[in-house]
Amino acid sequence: CQWLCKHLWENDLLLLLCAHLLVALLVLAFPKCSVDLTGCELRCFYFQLTYQQKDQATITGDVCSFGWIIAKEPTSLEEELKEIRRNGSSQDLDGSASLTTGPSPSSSEFEMSDTFYFCRRGIESIVDDEVTKRFTAEELDSWNLLTRSNYNFNHISTRLTVLWGLGVVIRYGFLLPLRLTLAITGVSLLVVFTTMIGFLPNGRVKNFLSEKVHLMCYRICVRALTAIITYHHSENKPKNGGICVANHTSPIDIIILASDGCYAMVGQIHGGLMGLIQKSMVKACPHIWFERSEVKDRHLVAKRLSDHVKDKSKLPILIFPEGTCINNTSVMMFKKGSFEIGSTVYPVAIKYDPRFGDAFWNSSKFGMVNYLLRMMSSWAIVCSVWYLPPMSRQEGEDAVQFANRVKAAIARQGGLVDLLWDGGLKRGKVKDTFKEEQQKLYSKILVGTQEDRSRS
Amino acid sequence: MGSRASSLLREEDIEEIKKETGFSHSQITRLYSRFHSLDKGENGALSREDFQRIPELAINPLGDRIINAFFPEGEDQVNFRGFMRTLAHFRPVEDNEKNKDLTSGEPLNSRTNKLHFAFQLYDLDRDDKISRDELLQVLRMMVGVNISDEQLGSIADRTIQEADTNGDMCISFSEFTKVLEKVDVEQKMSIRFLH
Repeated sequence: CQWLCKHLWENDLLLLLCAHLLVALLVLAFPKCSVDLTGCELRCFYFQLTYQQKDQATITGDVCSFGWIIAKEPTSLEEELKEIRRNGSSQDLDGSASLTTGPSPSSSEFEMSDTFYFCRRGIESIVDDEVTKRFTAEELDSWNLLTRSNYNFNHISTRLTVLWGLGVVIRYGFLLPLRLTLAITGVSLLVVFTTMIGFLPNGRVKNFLSEKVHLMCYRICVRALTAIITYHHSENKPKNGGICVANHTSPIDIIILASDGCYAMVGQIHGGLMGLIQKSMVKACPHIWFERSEVKDRHLVAKRLSDHVKDKSKLPILIFPEGTCINNTSVMMFKKGSFEIGSTVYPVAIKYDPRFGDAFWNSSKFGMVNYLLRMMSSWAIVCSVWYLPPMSRQEGEDAVQFANRVKAAIARQGGLVDLLWDGGLKRGKVKDTFKEEQQKLYSKILVGTQEDRSRS
Repeated sequence: MGSRASSLLREEDIEEIKKETGFSHSQITRLYSRFHSLDKGENGALSREDFQRIPELAINPLGDRIINAFFPEGEDQVNFRGFMRTLAHFRPVEDNEKNKDLTSGEPLNSRTNKLHFAFQLYDLDRDDKISRDELLQVLRMMVGVNISDEQLGSIADRTIQEADTNGDMCISFSEFTKVLEKVDVEQKMSIRFLH
């Protein structure tokens, strides 16, 4: 009996009694094989097509790689200005009026060519900038047979169209209904069981059951999305009293992390179905939900978080310091709030493979329901999760530096670009302080040379 | 299943732009994607707000002047042709310019046209002269609040003194060209477009 109970709790597959679900799960229980197969096929097929295309003169050149538009010069303001002036003066043998006796050619005053640097940088940013492209889905090198990834690909051949059509039938007719059923099962089981557990008195039994229930339901949800997750370095998994930080690409991140360990979630209470789920979850184990009004109060938020981490019996907190969804090609500025609390930080890097389905949630384009449907009708969600070694704030390091250090570690592990820009630029304007910094730098170059002149 | 962005760009348009600007076919389609992604209103034209949404441009001290260079006199919208025409100024100068058969004469990315672009950055009222006032305003944009009015004024005076040859206390385009004749304009005002 004990063995049976243990087996029932551990193996979430057996819990599903409905025959229909059982079949669905068996199919989805071997996702690794089926996805690999699909992946191989797609790749072979695509290579074939690209070779064909190179011969066909009618196909436009943009079907292939969508890499960079321009190659940027990484020079700084100072270097550029010095170079321009050096060139200007060294060729000027008869000595023009602008460079009188005294200082060396590199330290001169204002030249009309100083604008060239800003001009070029400005035009470069118009053609290709680092920030705006982080808020739309990543462009793929080759098409993965999903219409949604079809940005600039024209009609290539009948064979590809047929394959695409077949893909549509499989994804919408077969995979989507199965996944939907699983998702509904998972969510309802979560709500029902956590409410039931809520009636138990606080203690070891409650915690144990709560852990098992949460894990089970999240694993069902993972299957519902056909997420193939590879966890690396599980020895670094977050422990009680710590804060887990990760880069944010979509709400699915939560499901992915929570199916491998138990966390206390932080967030705002929503209405409707989300609110119902949140309320029942908090009955089983302490999550941190804020009312809408409380979210603005930073001190209150910080206090509740630090109270939670001080209690070593409570689960580690899961936070996404970017504050918004980024498209998984880069990591943007981490908000310093969670790094001021002073507990151990466990960084986690999450990287999705966009070939099987892009997981990025473009919240200005799609609502949540639309997004989830798109997720469930992709081929699969393939991702890697790396648990990085824990970090703490060092002596003489302030919260912002600590946040940047953690961000750099996550970016390095996940192969993402480490950006200093704020994710809030998705919706808001950039602060004027950055412009003022540039102006200050340029002024220093101008004025600094004035001081040299007066000295000499 | 067709493409979204480039289906709005017809082959004839691409050919015309190619002749006018010298960009290659793939460069034009990629720049069209970029144009399309900047065009949040999806009306086939960019407004000043669309440009200002680019953070790196918004923090550029001369950002507003650069944005202004895209818009012809008195207009608030720039279409793709205009966009490409302005960007064409920054194409690198090739030794064997193939498009010598341009009806407009000189290619858009010639040294003279690059200098003209830079000149227009200073010439706020588009009267083909850089007055002391205009120079001061542009200097103020570049240095912010870090330099006093007097210092800035003396810098402006010195610059005009050196450049002005006909004594009208303004810098005309030919005087501007003369001042910059030793500067490697072709390299400094060029962007390396790939493909």
